Amino acid sequence: MSGETARFTFDGKSYTAQAGQTLAAALLANGVAVVARSFKYHRPRGIMAAGVEEPSALVTVGEGGRAEPNTRATDVFVYDGLVARSQNAWPSLAFDVGAVNGLAARLIPAGFYYKTFFGPPRRWMVYERFIRKAAGLGPAPQEADPDAFDHRAAFCDVLVVGAGPAGLAAALAATQAGQRVVLVEQDSLPGGALLREDARIDGQDGADWAQGTVAAIRAGGGRVLLRATATGYWDGNLVSVVERLAEPGQVPAPGTPVQRLWKVRCGKVLLATGAIERPLAFGGNDRPGVMLAQAVRHYVRRHGVVPGRRAVVATSNDDGYRTAFALADAGAQVLAVLDSRTVLAGPLVERARARFAVLADARPIDTRVAGRRLSRVIAQVGGAETTFAADLLAMSGGFTPVVHLHKQAGGDLAWDAAAQAFLPGTARQAQASIGAAAGGHALDAILAQGWAAGGGGARAFAVDDPLGLGTPAMAAAIPQAVRGKAFVDFQNDVSLGDVDLAWREGYRSVEHLKRYTTLGMGTDQGKTGNMAALARLAQAQGVEIPQAGLTTFRPPYTPTTLGAFAGAAVGDHAGPVRRLRLHAAHEALGAVWQPVGYWFRPRGYPRNGESLGAASLREARMVRESVGMVDVSTLATFEIAGPDAAALLEMACATTIGRLALGRGRYTVMLREDGMVMDDGTAWRLEEQRYLLTSSTGGADRMAQHLSWLRNVVAPDLKASVVNVQEHLGAVALAGPRAAAVLAELIGAAVPAHMRCARAMLAGIEVLVLAASYSGERAFEIYAPGHDMAVVWQALHEAVVAAGGGAYGLDAMDHLRVEKGHVVIGAEVDGRVTPADIGLGGMLRKQGGFVGWQGLQRPALADPAGRRHLVGVAAVDGQALPEGAMLVAREGDVPLGHVTTASPRVAPDPEGLTGGIGLALLTDGASRQGEELLAWSATRGQTVRVRVCEPVFYDREGARYRD
Amino acid sequence: MMLIECPHCGPRAQEEFTYERTRDSVVQLDDAPEVAMATLYARTNPRGEENEIWRHTLGCRGWLELRRDRMSHAIVAVRALGRAVLP
Ligand SMILES: [Zn+2]
Repeated sequence: MSGETARFTFDGKSYTAQAGQTLAAALLANGVAVVARSFKYHRPRGIMAAGVEEPSALVTVGEGGRAEPNTRATDVFVYDGLVARSQNAWPSLAFDVGAVNGLAARLIPAGFYYKTFFGPPRRWMVYERFIRKAAGLGPAPQEADPDAFDHRAAFCDVLVVGAGPAGLAAALAATQAGQRVVLVEQDSLPGGALLREDARIDGQDGADWAQGTVAAIRAGGGRVLLRATATGYWDGNLVSVVERLAEPGQVPAPGTPVQRLWKVRCGKVLLATGAIERPLAFGGNDRPGVMLAQAVRHYVRRHGVVPGRRAVVATSNDDGYRTAFALADAGAQVLAVLDSRTVLAGPLVERARARFAVLADARPIDTRVAGRRLSRVIAQVGGAETTFAADLLAMSGGFTPVVHLHKQAGGDLAWDAAAQAFLPGTARQAQASIGAAAGGHALDAILAQGWAAGGGGARAFAVDDPLGLGTPAMAAAIPQAVRGKAFVDFQNDVSLGDVDLAWREGYRSVEHLKRYTTLGMGTDQGKTGNMAALARLAQAQGVEIPQAGLTTFRPPYTPTTLGAFAGAAVGDHAGPVRRLRLHAAHEALGAVWQPVGYWFRPRGYPRNGESLGAASLREARMVRESVGMVDVSTLATFEIAGPDAAALLEMACATTIGRLALGRGRYTVMLREDGMVMDDGTAWRLEEQRYLLTSSTGGADRMAQHLSWLRNVVAPDLKASVVNVQEHLGAVALAGPRAAAVLAELIGAAVPAHMRCARAMLAGIEVLVLAASYSGERAFEIYAPGHDMAVVWQALHEAVVAAGGGAYGLDAMDHLRVEKGHVVIGAEVDGRVTPADIGLGGMLRKQGGFVGWQGLQRPALADPAGRRHLVGVAAVDGQALPEGAMLVAREGDVPLGHVTTASPRVAPDPEGLTGGIGLALLTDGASRQGEELLAWSATRGQTVRVRVCEPVFYDREGARYRD
Repeated sequence: MMLIECPHCGPRAQEEFTYERTRDSVVQLDDAPEVAMATLYARTNPRGEENEIWRHTLGCRGWLELRRDRMSHAIVAVRALGRAVLP
């Protein structure tokens, strides 16, 4: 300990910590006994563990957007200015109203949630408000996280997880063998168990040996990451590692991310993940002052904090004795060592007998508190009961090797009856477990095993373990007879009684037990308590633990912040922004932007304080009366070329395309295999063996994928190439009664007739002119290389303005196409319509041979009766139509259909109706022409009377776009 | 996260690839309608090896066929689909 100090606050009160202390250590040092309230019963909880397995001491660390809820106090290192708050307590930790739940514990037994969810719905409605307030973890911060998160990939020959003695030996051996090594350790210091033991290795203090080994690994080219947790083990020997570059709530160094998610692809993985101590099950084993024995040793040795002055050690194995020595060496009084074994022998026991009262066949059965922290331990020794006035109870129920990553990697577990533990069995990937994770306990053996696993061969380490650690039996995890509430899952408040209740109610499988009691479903995933519950279940079944089964080990090993997953892909970086080549030109005209997929497209160009709606209507009328131009560069465009180009097109398109004459184009639709419309567009024959296919902006990626699929998988023998030319080309549509004249003047030539195409020179640039109309007016799409678009746009714009027109945006385009009944992919075409549903049935090739033809033969699709058809709807009372409104005969009826697009009228109605118009999908719509229905929008609270009509409101004969 | 050996690019992370469908669910356009619908909707789901079509979407964009064990995720074989010229 360097003697430096850091100031921090807990629930607003100021404290001091020694450098390098965890928040848990600092709180213990400052005598803060109660740090949290439990999840369900709001019982006061203290600190039980010293590592990531801590179930109870969850706090919120940091403020504002940096606040990190549900942080284990044992897994945050104190920095100057740290702010921590308790959770799940109201109004305060000391007086928590929710603790009434504890009194009413009988009302919330195991299966309460389960029964409530699966019971009559009203029950959940009644309880929900009460439960939501009473149960819960820390709230997520409302503010945005101000810090950066990073992702990084790494590759190595050997990844070692855990820098305890086994991991360090392995990583050093591998480094010296010339391997590319990555060593990750979740703690801030290397050493693992060495940090809590007073063992010496090769003549050095264990902690110093660990530091020296890390230095040697680094010097040899290895990468050592501290505060880095291997959270997941995936296929292909990929391990995800979350590295903390700043502590929870801490401001990171300038230019440094707060966390980095590593994806490490490994040749081999060595899992030196250690073991977690099991609590003992007895009444009141959750009281502040009841701690895991190794955790007590950890606080004494590593942090210089003695968590109690008068201690009882309760153990089922030899390791607990080491805590008794550590406590006594630090000046605490050890009242007794309670050992549940009946026959006690061995050097540790003998040494202990010389210093303390060592009691065989002894176990705690209940506890008492004074002022919320432990005051008495009631023990059963043989047949008699004894009470100790203790303020600390250090318990050890044996050890659970950390096999999470081994299991995530697909490995099997093997039950070790002597250790009463699951050990790593067969591995499915290139990985092995070493050290305590593999059931090891003697330091010299662990070091030699690590060294050999790292490729260093046989080596003996000189280990001077003052306690002469032999082979402590990890005694039975079977819980003892208890009094009162004996918790097994401390975080979710699951007691032995709950396990028994689940058994009585017929839950036999461990998976059912888990879901019924919520055992192991907390943020700690039952790291400490699962085994005790399993043992109890096995006991009830009269089988061995492995027969009782085990639940799945799922990643992440420890809770991971969402920021780590998101990495840099947040805010403006959440997705790419695609700007039009003409972005600046639109901006200069005052465009209001609309995101369309990744694109930003002009929605309209309001002038002089005009509303967007007014601007769009003006722009649409301009197109009907003179001429307008619109940027359509985002349309999907593909060039399909080669001897089999026509054949490929005919596969993708459901209409007759292949026999197009040179220089002509046609409207077409593309279907999915099930016969539903996927997209629409136009196909043009530019040359003998070269076609241009256009389709919708929003479906561009899907169409590119579809064409590639047909070309490469369905018909790989076709001699045809597909090139996506959308990024190469830009396009402007010119529409209106004056469009032909404007264009003819600009290109100095005759314009192509409707649905014909021609090459032309415009402002010195070669352009492709396609005469197609979306607006219903005479119109042209003018394609040019993308980098020439600014010139083309400018020339067109000057000419259009001179002819009394201007630019128009998406909204005006929408008004115009609704009047013509042209469908839009995503509005009318919603993935559930066939070509016949939208009036295109007559266009299909009768002989089939296109994607979707087989699907259309299904009886339900072949018969149009009962299907929803595209219709027009017009408001009869002069109102606007609510888009998305249901079409019903009466409010509240089952809808007959819905309004897919609503629009104002651009052209006056010949019958004098003035309200809004729209397109709709309506059941049997083809036979409902002239009917009156209600367009009913419950969400907008709006109901409008509409008349069903043909989906064409303007120029039914198509006279305006022909020459 | 599987490591997939793209025939064009070499071993790459699974996240660069897109799963398309099983090989035996590819409809040919000259299939009879009943055959095509059975191919699409009445699929096998073997507990073990299966031929699958994937695309190296965030790489070369080439199509591949994997033979993959759906229990162990082991990739037994990979071959390129389509013509030698990449799409
Ligand atoms: Zn590739």
